[in-house]
Amino acid sequence: MPVFYGTEVESALMLGTAQYSSPAVLAEAFRASKAGIATVSLRREHGGGQAFWELIRGLGTRILPNTAGCHTVKEAVTTAHMAREFFDTDWIKLEVIGHTDSLQPDVFALVEAARILSEDGFKVFPYCTEDLIVCDRLLHAGCAVLMPWGAPIGSGLGINNAYGLRALRAEFPDTTLVVDAGIGLPSHAAQAMELGYDAVLLNTAVAKAGDPAAMARAMALAIEAGREAHRADPMEPRDMAAPSTPVIGKAFLA
Amino acid sequence: MSIRILGAGVMGLAIATELTTRGHRIEIIDPAGPPGPHGCSWWAGGMLAPHCEVVDAEEPVERLGLDALDWWERHTGAVERKGTLVLAPERDKGELARFARRSRNHHSLDAEGIAELEPDLAGRFNAGLFFETEAHLAPRKALHALKARLYSAGVAFHTSPPSTSSELTIDARGLAARDALPDLRGVRGEMLVLRCPEVSLSRPVRLLHPRIPLYIVPRGDGIFMLGATMIESDRRGVVTARSLLELLSAAWALHPGFGEAEVLEMGADARPAFPDNLPRLRRRGSTLYANGLYRHGFLLSPAVARMAAEHIDTGITPEFMDETS
Repeated sequence: MPVFYGTEVESALMLGTAQYSSPAVLAEAFRASKAGIATVSLRREHGGGQAFWELIRGLGTRILPNTAGCHTVKEAVTTAHMAREFFDTDWIKLEVIGHTDSLQPDVFALVEAARILSEDGFKVFPYCTEDLIVCDRLLHAGCAVLMPWGAPIGSGLGINNAYGLRALRAEFPDTTLVVDAGIGLPSHAAQAMELGYDAVLLNTAVAKAGDPAAMARAMALAIEAGREAHRADPMEPRDMAAPSTPVIGKAFLA
Repeated sequence: MSIRILGAGVMGLAIATELTTRGHRIEIIDPAGPPGPHGCSWWAGGMLAPHCEVVDAEEPVERLGLDALDWWERHTGAVERKGTLVLAPERDKGELARFARRSRNHHSLDAEGIAELEPDLAGRFNAGLFFETEAHLAPRKALHALKARLYSAGVAFHTSPPSTSSELTIDARGLAARDALPDLRGVRGEMLVLRCPEVSLSRPVRLLHPRIPLYIVPRGDGIFMLGATMIESDRRGVVTARSLLELLSAAWALHPGFGEAEVLEMGADARPAFPDNLPRLRRRGSTLYANGLYRHGFLLSPAVARMAAEHIDTGITPEFMDETS
């Protein structure tokens, strides 16, 4: 199971806590999925979110606060400090948004914020693109986990650049890698795990499903399947048709 | 029975109305005097839209919300039965498909159908849903109307509890009742009131968007209510710049004429909600708690008021009652 900064988590599914129709529906999705980590945002609540955050704490899942909604280094750093104080954790999912419409990360500000927070003792989980150089800079800035996108946040488009994610896996074989964002279907989540990723983080696909608990369970199963498949060393695709049972010598003529 | 009701928001006034018609003696205590900006129903949209609301709510919201149209008409006479129009910009039409799948009692409209219903939106949207049986009201007028009728029926309004005692207390204080109901939380909502005589709409319009859903409720005379954000926060106070930007951008997307609107009012408050966002009735000795209407104050208060009254009259344990002692 995935290891984040020395802590092994019991599930490769990380589930967000936004956009559910109620905290009760959210809790049911977490129960159904047995997600190992719950992400939670703080930026828009202006310090008034305690009641909701207590409900999240009540899930009994490890909590990864995030800086969703932050557009600058300063905002993200301040939000991280608030999160550390409230949730009593040095884990922070670092999001610095660079483009309002696509919510694409501002990777330059991201590296800068990651450096500041790492020096300050935070264990940073950066939401990034699959760019090798950006990821390399994030590791140098002190990150030991990378969370490249599959597709833009909330888009449900799946794995947009399988080649890029595969290259990233090959480049950093020992770093904990998470596909964060863009997952719409269990097949997308399975694909991320088949690529050798350690975990998958998703939110909208479950929160906005007609039956969030059922979709949460489906995601968990797919992630488990993808993980097993990767460990099983899948066959290489080939052009030639290959019957799985030898035909020569078999009495196939009726 | 002599009954004291704490809180003169939509919950308190609806229960008072229901109990008065059943012959109980009612007094209402609200330190700020009813009804007014201190209560979150003051800032409500006033959409009586059970079929739309159930898209992101539990089943009882639709079933029990259906009662609300007749109830408000009977007790305030001010319900507009014009339906609800649901629209999405071309690139978000997936949202419209989801909304249609998850709701009923609607029919699909094309550009022509939309223009027929709302001529000012002609040429702006290619697809929409029309919920013909839904309605809306003007919340502040409705609250005043309830108060006036209660007043003429002999209900006493106080800003502090008189020394006389009552047989039963009903606590309908909204988020202020958190001192007794620890699982109650606030969900912040922000709204705007615009004056825009150049745009004319005759029914609530919902504009779907993956991140920033908006509704606009016409109040007549060129006045519109824009709402509403949903933030997991109990912070009240004023609207934030980001919410203002989002609400106004969405209004602009609906009709650029809103760009020239005068902003008459900006409001924010925290809706009282339980973890499943459904209301609760709780009986503790001689106190009955009625709370947790969330974003469904006008839609569900009639049903909750009826349940409270039936409980008081017959002792039954109604659907939303999860505590009796």
